[in-house]
Amino acid sequence: MKYIEEFQDPALARRLLDDIHATVTRPWALMEVCGGQTHTIIRHGIDQLLPEQVELIHGPGCPVCVTPLEVIDKALEIASRPDVIFCSFGDMLRVPGTGRDLFQVRSEGGDVRVVYSPLDALRIAQENPKHQVVFFGIGFETTAPPNAMTVHQAKKLDIPNFSLLVSHVRVPPAIEAIMQSPSCRVQGFLAAGHVCSVMGVREYPELAARHRVPIVVTGFEPLDILEGVRRAVRQLERGEHTVDNAYARAVRPEGNPAALAMLEDVFEVTDRAWRGIGVIPDSGWRLSERYRDFDAEHRFSVTGINTREPAECRSGEVLQGLLKPHECEAFGTLCTPRSPLGATMVSSEGACAAYYLYRRLELGTVPAAKTAATAPTAASAPLEASPVV
Amino acid sequence: MCLAVPGRVLDIGEKDGTRMATVDFGGVQKEVCLEYLPDLQVGEYAIVHVGFALQRLDEESAKQTLELFAQLGMLQEEFGDPWEQAAAAGGDPWPFAHDPDLEPGPAPALAAPQEEVQP
Ligand code: SF4
Repeated sequence: MKYIEEFQDPALARRLLDDIHATVTRPWALMEVCGGQTHTIIRHGIDQLLPEQVELIHGPGCPVCVTPLEVIDKALEIASRPDVIFCSFGDMLRVPGTGRDLFQVRSEGGDVRVVYSPLDALRIAQENPKHQVVFFGIGFETTAPPNAMTVHQAKKLDIPNFSLLVSHVRVPPAIEAIMQSPSCRVQGFLAAGHVCSVMGVREYPELAARHRVPIVVTGFEPLDILEGVRRAVRQLERGEHTVDNAYARAVRPEGNPAALAMLEDVFEVTDRAWRGIGVIPDSGWRLSERYRDFDAEHRFSVTGINTREPAECRSGEVLQGLLKPHECEAFGTLCTPRSPLGATMVSSEGACAAYYLYRRLELGTVPAAKTAATAPTAASAPLEASPVV
Repeated sequence: MCLAVPGRVLDIGEKDGTRMATVDFGGVQKEVCLEYLPDLQVGEYAIVHVGFALQRLDEESAKQTLELFAQLGMLQEEFGDPWEQAAAAGGDPWPFAHDPDLEPGPAPALAAPQEEVQP
């Protein structure tokens, strides 16, 4: 119970925990889909506060982690071209491609820029008409609408030197893939709250019914996670499997209709490869026919890509909840945020990074002499051990 | 990146035919697109992700979340200098160090010189 005083409302956290402890009679395995939730869980030791019977399994919900190596390599190749200004969110800077990352491309003279919003990349395109400006469009259903709007604007304002390198992914097909895996142990899901802010919950009732799993829409703060777990455990104990919204302050059942309409206009559903997992049918978006001109993959023919995944990295299993990060042989030794083998170690939402930041000392993966200087606390990790954000 | 941060609308205007706002995130101000929440008004709070307001939020929960994010250093992660953070995470100095075997010379030309440079 060592972290409970750090909760925003420790008394409420205690009540929620007491209720979970009182409700649970059997072992249950819940998957939190979103990497942001994984970080909250590990940072606050929520998994350790829960009854032993309740296991939290970390899901694939980190867009940086699941972006396929091949797409990263394409990004690196495009970003190295002399006439290109390559714009990206900061999270992608140190995600390893085959042999290097965007950070290195910039140090070698590539014009790589970090933007806060995709609209910033569009502005850069307006200001640099002689350059090709490419924006790295990754992310789940939360990031896809902003990127869709940006492409829509590029078309409307006729900005021909802007394009999007698209690698968008969708959550429900990933849930489906996880449930279909023969080694799946997941009995309930904490669904990613902000994805549902956009999409609403319409995709979930059918999934919940068919796989007989409760799906609880859950926020990102420590108390949100506890409430999500409490509601999921209640359902499981009662033999129920419905969709429940525990994040009503930010999620309306219908989602955001304006964003949904834009998604439908700009993107179309496609099969997509997930790094470490493989192709999941219908799990991604690409630009629809009308916007194909703004697709960087069409504009730049990238050839000769020869991807090499490090053999030691088991992030595919980590992303599917089959392996905990510290069970990977390379964790904390061959693979650290300074020299990551997999994206799950660099991303601010990656499960390996979460364990490295907040758990490594307890897991004994660090030589004792080093722990005093580098010990991160739950509330403030030292910058030198921070993952890329 | 998937983190969405609540912010308060300070003013609303139009740019290139698009509804835009200045939004305050616990002291940091950013330009935010309102096209997905077209009826959001000055003074209201919304969840903002990569420069787009995605859903309304009531004032109390917005303030609580902002306070928590500030405590946990997550606002710094979201709005701080990403190059510095990437450099620190990788153990590399920033700006990019010279190769010690080469003549000392000016640092490689950086694409965005307006970014803060740390010694
Ligand atoms: S610890 Fe490193 S090598 Fe192991 S799965 Fe995670 S990212 Fe891959």
